[in-house]
Amino acid sequence: MPLNSKVPEGPLPEKWTRHRLHLKLVNPANKRKFTILVVGTGLAGSSAAASLSELGYQVKVFCIQDSPRRAHSIAAQGGINAAKNYPNDGDSVERLFYDTIKGGDFRSREANVYRLAEVSNSIIDQCVAQGVPFAREYSGYLDNRSFGGAQVSRTFYARGQTGQQLLLGAYHALMKEAAKKTLELFPRREMLDLVVIDKAARGIIVRNLMTGQLESYAGDAVVLATGGYGNVFYLSTNAKACNVTAIWRAHKRGAFFANPCFTQIHPTCIPVHGDYQSKLTLMSESLRNDGRVWIPKNKGDHRPPAEIPESDRDYFLERKYPSFGNLVPRDIASRNAKEQCDKGKGVGTTGLAVYLDFADAIKRVGASVMEEKYGNLFAMYEKITGADPYQVPMMIYPAVHYTMGGLWVDYNLMSNLSGLFVIGEANFSDHGANRLGASALMQGLADGYFILPCTIGDYLAGISPGAFSPTHLEFKACENEARERLSKLLSIKGKRTVDEIHRQLGMLLWDKCGMTRHERRLNEALQKIPQIREEFWNNVNVVGTNEELNQSLEKAGRVADYLEFAEILVKDALHRTESAGGHFREECQTAEGEARRDDEHFSYVAAWEYRGAGQAEELHREPLEFEFAKPSARSYQ
Amino acid sequence: MNKTMATTINLTLKVWRQKDRNTPGRFEIYCADHIDTDMSFLEMLDVVNEKLIKEGKEPIAFDHDCREGICGLCGAMVNGQAHGPLRDTTLCQLHMRHFQNNATLVIEPWRSRAFPVIKDLVVDRSAFDRIAMAGGFISIKTGSAPEAHTLLVSKSKSDMAMDAAACIACAACVAACPNGSAMLYTAAKAGHLNLLPQGQPEKDQRTLSLVQQMDREGFGHCSNIYECEAACPKGISVTNITRLNRDYFLASRSREQKV
Ligand SMILES: Cc1cc2nc3c(=O)[nH]c(=O)nc-3n(C[C@H](O)[C@H](O)[C@H](O)COP(=O)(O)OP(=O)(O)OC[C@H]3O[C@@H](n4cnc5c(N)ncnc54)[C@H](O)[C@@H]3O)c2cc1C
Ligand code: FES
Repeated sequence: MPLNSKVPEGPLPEKWTRHRLHLKLVNPANKRKFTILVVGTGLAGSSAAASLSELGYQVKVFCIQDSPRRAHSIAAQGGINAAKNYPNDGDSVERLFYDTIKGGDFRSREANVYRLAEVSNSIIDQCVAQGVPFAREYSGYLDNRSFGGAQVSRTFYARGQTGQQLLLGAYHALMKEAAKKTLELFPRREMLDLVVIDKAARGIIVRNLMTGQLESYAGDAVVLATGGYGNVFYLSTNAKACNVTAIWRAHKRGAFFANPCFTQIHPTCIPVHGDYQSKLTLMSESLRNDGRVWIPKNKGDHRPPAEIPESDRDYFLERKYPSFGNLVPRDIASRNAKEQCDKGKGVGTTGLAVYLDFADAIKRVGASVMEEKYGNLFAMYEKITGADPYQVPMMIYPAVHYTMGGLWVDYNLMSNLSGLFVIGEANFSDHGANRLGASALMQGLADGYFILPCTIGDYLAGISPGAFSPTHLEFKACENEARERLSKLLSIKGKRTVDEIHRQLGMLLWDKCGMTRHERRLNEALQKIPQIREEFWNNVNVVGTNEELNQSLEKAGRVADYLEFAEILVKDALHRTESAGGHFREECQTAEGEARRDDEHFSYVAAWEYRGAGQAEELHREPLEFEFAKPSARSYQ
Repeated sequence: MNKTMATTINLTLKVWRQKDRNTPGRFEIYCADHIDTDMSFLEMLDVVNEKLIKEGKEPIAFDHDCREGICGLCGAMVNGQAHGPLRDTTLCQLHMRHFQNNATLVIEPWRSRAFPVIKDLVVDRSAFDRIAMAGGFISIKTGSAPEAHTLLVSKSKSDMAMDAAACIACAACVAACPNGSAMLYTAAKAGHLNLLPQGQPEKDQRTLSLVQQMDREGFGHCSNIYECEAACPKGISVTNITRLNRDYFLASRSREQKV
C-alpha cells in the first residue's frame, strides 16, 4: 500500500495556511453529535482534549494515573522552544525549522517540522494566558535560555519544572471543560485494545484499574496521546507507567509503526547503583558546561578520585575532541562513555560510570557561583546518591530517554487507519532520528492545541456521527480477547516475576540494540527475544485476581507487549544499515568514529505493517524529500 | 563518598494491608533484609514485593510513577510522618541511608475521610481533581491568547506564583494535618492563579468555588497548626493559606455587596 503523507502542495511557508483553508469544517451545531476518545493526558492529550471540547465535540479522556495532571510530561525539566526571537539574536521560524530538521539528522518530514516551528510562538502565548509562570526578567518580560543544537536562546522555562507547569496549564484547561460536562474524565483506565470496524477506528477497550472491569467506549475518532516506549529497555528516565501497549495494540489492528529504532540516549544520568534499580534520573546536560569528564587511565584503579593524580587520569572527551571537548553532542558523549566502560575503565560499584568533575570550575569561579548555577542539580544528586558534588566528582552514565519512533501519521496526524489520530511522543512525526532538547514539549502542545483540532474536523466532516455502539459484535470480540489474555496471564503461575523478565529483556536490548548497534549483535537479540517471550508465557507468576487493583497484572500486560514490540525495534535497527542520529551502526562510521548517514539508500521513513502472529512485518517506505533544507553531514569538528 | 562495597541494613516493616474499600484492613509484619542503603524507599518496597510474589503472596500495592518527586503519586505515612522523616522529600526520593539498622518502620496510607483507601497504601485522591474543577483555572480558549509580551508580570509576582504552582498534589498536607484539612493544596491552587494578572477577572469566583468544593469533599477545617507545611515535599508555604483567607474574605464581602 503506498503511503500518502498528504503533505499539501505549495511553498513550504504557505503549506499550513493553505491547507487549513482547504480542510472541511464541521457545522457548529453538529459538533456535539461527535464523540472523540482521547487516550493520554500528557501535554499532547490534555491540550487536545481541552481544545476539542472547547470546539463543542463530546470528549472522553482516559489515563492510567489517578489524575490527568500526573502524566509523564510532568517530569520534563529543561524547557520549551519557540521562535519568538525575544533576545533579538537572529532567531526565526526558518531557523527553528532548520535546527530541528538538522538535529533530526534529516530523517523527518520537512512540511511537518516547518509547521511545528510556525505554531511554536502561539504555544507560548497560549500558556502565558493560562497562567503558566514562565521565568521572567526584572523588567517583567519573559526570560530565555540556550539549549543544545542551537546557537540562539529560544528556550522558555519555569525553574526546573517546565513540564509540570505546562501540564498544569493544560490540566486546568481540561478541568475547565470537565466542569462544563462536554468532557468526561476516566482516570485509572488502561487502554488494552483498539476496535477497528471497516478499516476505521471506532472505539477502545479499557481496563478499569480499580475494579478490573473491562469497559468498551465507542467514538467517531480515537486520539492516541500515550507517550513513548523507552521503558522497553526496562531502565530509562521515563516514568514507570510509560508503555507501548496502546500504540502496539493499535499496530496489531493495522496502524503502521514508523522508525522504531530511533531511540535517544542521554549522556548525563545518575548511574545504575544496583540490581534493584527501578529507574534512572536525568541530570541536566548543562552541567557539561563546567564539568570535566574523566576516568582513571589504568584499568582496576580503585583509588578514591581525589587520590588519583592528574597523570593517572584520562579526560577522554577532551583528548579525542579537542575543539568541542566536554560539549560534544549527546550521542557522541554517550557512546564514548560506554566505550571506556566496556574497556573496564568505568568507576563506581558497578563499573558503569564516568566522573563528571567540577573541581577545576570550583577552583576557578568559587563554590558560590557554582551553587547559583547548579545548586538544585547538586542537591538532587546528593539526595539520590548521598555524595556531595562540591567535594567529590559526580558519577554519570548514559540512559534511555526518549523515543523518536512511533505510529506513522500523515500531515493531518492521522494514521493509515481512518479515524485513528496519534499525537505527542506516541507518533513519529517531527524529530527524525534525533530530538533536540526542549522540542518534545513544543511538539506535544503544537499537536494538541493547534494542529489536531483543525485536522480532525476534516475527517469528521466526512462521516456520520455515532455509527457504532459498544454493543457491536466487534467490541464484544475485542473485549473477549482482552479478557482471555488477562486470564492467561493469571493462570501461568510460574516461578519468575514480571520485573525479572522485563529486566532481562531490557538488559538484552541495552546491550544489543542500545547506544551502538552491530549486525551480529542485533541478530543475537532476534534469536533471544522469542526465547524470553516464551519463558514469560510459560514461567511468569502474576499473583492475585483480575477483579481488583492488581499492579502485577498491569505490569505483566505491558511487558507482554514489550516482548512482542522488541522484535520490530531490533528488525528496524537491523535493516537500517546507516548511522543516523540516535541510531549508530558500528559498521557505518567514518574513520574518526563519527556517524555515517546513507542518504542514497535510507532517506525514508520506515513504516512497518503487522501481518499476523508469526509472520514477518512488511516494510513500507515513505521517501523523504528535502526542498529547503539540503541534507548535509552533521559535523562537530 | 565513593564506595566499593554496598552497605546494607535489616528492617522490620509493619505495613497496612487492606483488600479494598469495603474490607477492613490490618497491619502485617515483613522482614526487609539486606537492604542496600543506596535504595530509594520505593525500591526497598519493590524488593519486599518481589519476595512476596516469589512466595505466591500478593505484593503491597502503592502508587508511584515518576520516582523523581514530581508526579505526586507516591506517598505513605512512615512512622507517623507523611513521606517519612526527611524534609522536602517525597517517598520516592527518600533513600534508605536515612534509616538505622534493625529499625521498625510502620507504613500506612494517607488517612483522611476524603481519601478512601482503594487497596493497601493506595488511596482515592479524586477530591483534589474536583476542587480543581470547581475553579482552579483561567478561562482562556485555545487560540484566543494575545501575544505573550503584551502582558507584563513582575518578576516577584511571577516567582511567588511559581512557588505556589510547585505543588504536586501528593496530599501529604492532608495526611499530616490533625484535622485532615486540604487548605494548603487549595491555597496553593488559588495562590498560583490569583497572584497573576491573568487570573484577576475570575479571582473572586474562583476563590469562593474552590473553598466551597473543598468543604463539600469532607476535608476538615484549618486551625493553623501548620503540620502541612512541615510535611510538604515541595516546601509550599502557609502564607498561601493566609492569602487565601484574605481573598476569601474580600470575595465574600464583594458578593454580599452585590446582593
Ligand atoms: C526526565 C525527562 C525530562 C524531559 N525534559 C524535557 C524538556 O526539558 N523539554 C522537552 O521538550 N522534552 C523533555 N522531555 C521529553 C518530554 O517530556 C516527553 O516527550 C513528553 O512530555 C511526552 O508527552 P506526551 O503527551 O506525548 O506523553 P506523556 O506525557 O508520556 O503522557 C502519556 C499519557 O498517556 C497515558 N497512557 C499511556 N498508555 C496508556 C494506556 N495504555 N491506556 C491509557 N492511558 C495511557 C498516560 O497515563 C499519560 O496520561 C523529557 C523527558 C524526560 C523523561
Ligand atoms: S513517584 Fe512521582 S513523586 Fe514519587
